[in-house]
Amino acid sequence: MTTDSLTERVVLRRRKVWSYTAMSALAVIFLFPLVFMVVSSLKPDSQILADIGSPQAFLPVGDISLDNYFGVFDRVPFGRFLFNSVLITVLTVGFGLIVNSMAGFALSRMRWRGRSLVLSLVIATLIVPFETVAVPMVYWVSKLPTLVMEGGMVKYDFGWLNSYHVQIVPFIANAFAIFLFTQYFSTIPKSLDEAARIDGANWFTIYRRIVAPLAGPAFATVAILTFLPAWNQYLWPLMVVQQESLRPVMVGMQYFFQLNTAWGEVMAYTSLITLPILIVFLSFQRAFVSSVAASGVKG
Amino acid sequence: MNRRSLVTIVSVSALTLTGCGQAGQGDVDNGDGPAEITMWTHSAGNPGELEVYEQIIADFNASQDDYQVVTEAFPQGAYNDAIVAAAAANDLPCLLDMDGPIVPNWAWAGYVQPLGLDPAITDSLLPTAVGIYQDEVYSAGYWDAALAIFARQSVLDDNGIRIPTVDEPWSLDEFDEALSTLQDAGYDTPLDIGAEDAGEWWSYAYSPMLQSAGGDLIDRDTMLTAEGALNGPEAVDFFTWFAGAFEQGWASDSGTIGNEEFNSDEVALSYTGVWNAMDSLDAVGDDLLILPPPDFGTGPAIGGGSWQWGISSTCSSPDGARAYLEFSFADEYITEFADNQVVIPATEGAAEASEHFSSDGDLRPFVELSQRFAVLRPETPAYPVISSTFEKAAKDIMNGADVGSTLDGAVAEIDTNIESNDGYGF
Repeated sequence: MTTDSLTERVVLRRRKVWSYTAMSALAVIFLFPLVFMVVSSLKPDSQILADIGSPQAFLPVGDISLDNYFGVFDRVPFGRFLFNSVLITVLTVGFGLIVNSMAGFALSRMRWRGRSLVLSLVIATLIVPFETVAVPMVYWVSKLPTLVMEGGMVKYDFGWLNSYHVQIVPFIANAFAIFLFTQYFSTIPKSLDEAARIDGANWFTIYRRIVAPLAGPAFATVAILTFLPAWNQYLWPLMVVQQESLRPVMVGMQYFFQLNTAWGEVMAYTSLITLPILIVFLSFQRAFVSSVAASGVKG
Repeated sequence: MNRRSLVTIVSVSALTLTGCGQAGQGDVDNGDGPAEITMWTHSAGNPGELEVYEQIIADFNASQDDYQVVTEAFPQGAYNDAIVAAAAANDLPCLLDMDGPIVPNWAWAGYVQPLGLDPAITDSLLPTAVGIYQDEVYSAGYWDAALAIFARQSVLDDNGIRIPTVDEPWSLDEFDEALSTLQDAGYDTPLDIGAEDAGEWWSYAYSPMLQSAGGDLIDRDTMLTAEGALNGPEAVDFFTWFAGAFEQGWASDSGTIGNEEFNSDEVALSYTGVWNAMDSLDAVGDDLLILPPPDFGTGPAIGGGSWQWGISSTCSSPDGARAYLEFSFADEYITEFADNQVVIPATEGAAEASEHFSSDGDLRPFVELSQRFAVLRPETPAYPVISSTFEKAAKDIMNGADVGSTLDGAVAEIDTNIESNDGYGF
């Protein structure tokens, strides 16, 4: 072994140590809020406030119990809220993948008049903050026709307020998702379509059998990027849902902010509602990283 | 997945979801049955308050056959947004509770109608528990809250500080001297003034101090300008003191929301509300003093006006709504609210029956403070703008902005808003 190669190995090892040290430090910084949240969820309010400012805030020491978790279940119908959020999120993401990918397909693969204009309009909507259109949207959804169950009969009525579909349908079409699908589909060779057309395939078959199977990373990215906003919906359900049994988990957060905020219960509740997100992300970590890398999107 | 299965999934999901749709909030006439009266409250997550509402509603529904009250509870932090959205969609409930200062704005916006309760009921309530706009009563509440200075008797005695009374509160000089003495005695920050909080607290807590000093949020004679009230010499003097309190370290904006610093004896005095009294009684016991705020010049003042009930302008059974409200203003229910919530009962009869607020109750001082010193925030639709402008100006001053120019800016902002809304009906 020469001196040069020895020195090189030492340098490489040092570099590795530094890089792992830096990464560990970053991991600790990013983990601190989560650790604080979980640890605080086990402490009474007085101890949470007393421990702030000291390392004890991050340690499960002192008067530790699950009382805050019991308090959460006493204060809010947590199971119901969780069910609602899961239902709303799954359907929003699921329908969103179908609708947005189809729109992206039409915009990237099919030739029709006004295509560029439509794509520009879709992209233009990205710069309009949701908050600015929220109140007009409330007005419009309150006028939309719907079917309601009354006495076992399906009846025709107006107004989408206070329902599941008012929390799902407006968010199925997503400008960013359409743009992303459009861009990704554009990278798939058009000769595949032409070959399929010669073989007699219609556009839906080309979408379903050829383009969609080749766009796995785009589907994964859109699924992940639309999952979080759907799960975190707060303002919209607040405005359109009055019935407690239809509220999602994020609205439930407000239940704890009374004149005296129950900080321990806040931490327990946030721990509980963060858990599903953590599970989803940890389960699909590899798919997430690879899809983001493949589609060139960063959050 | 073929096209047919895709269409099937979409159709079934759509039908399932639409099946979960609900009719609007407008009151429902159930044919020959009782008319349904919807009622919204801000009390979700507050089991003590909800328990009393459930009791009142059950008693009312059982007491007659004409009306059926059904309630929906919202979390407080989200409540006003829900009301505004419902109003935009013409979907307001029949009965709704409102924070006192917002009542004139919602009356002006047409959300609520004049209350029309028997005057014998509204006359029996604390003046700050009744919401008035343009001489019409629009809301009435079962209770009010009050602010006070919390202190330990032992601490004041040890430092030779006079214990103030409602008849002889601390003058501003005495208050300053007490804070200075307590700081010298080892309290780094002797007063928890609550400046770490945000939102309506700032107007509720600090605008009464401004009024005590001789200023105000707006000229209450006309309700058309803040000129002279919010930026007059009295207001400048008060805010100079306010900024000085932070500069000298008498108060801080870096604590935790709540009364924990006082309970753990990190601060000697706490400017806080009745809602924190039970925790402080538990922590401090008989040593706890509930004191009037200092007199900044024209007598002590504290904020008044809390959650009150109104009837929406779109309510199709206003008589039923009034019948419910009149039923609910029985002393027994008001006492239950007061004791469950630890808030000041709105009637003297309910106060006497209360565990905490009767003549010998441990929290009786709050009743006296409310009766003697409570001042309503200006009863104008401009209040939401006034409040947010006041908060921003006061925070800027706390952080070192020039007092005079900051107040002038706040006045200009308020006046512009009032002008652009044609005086809000004044």
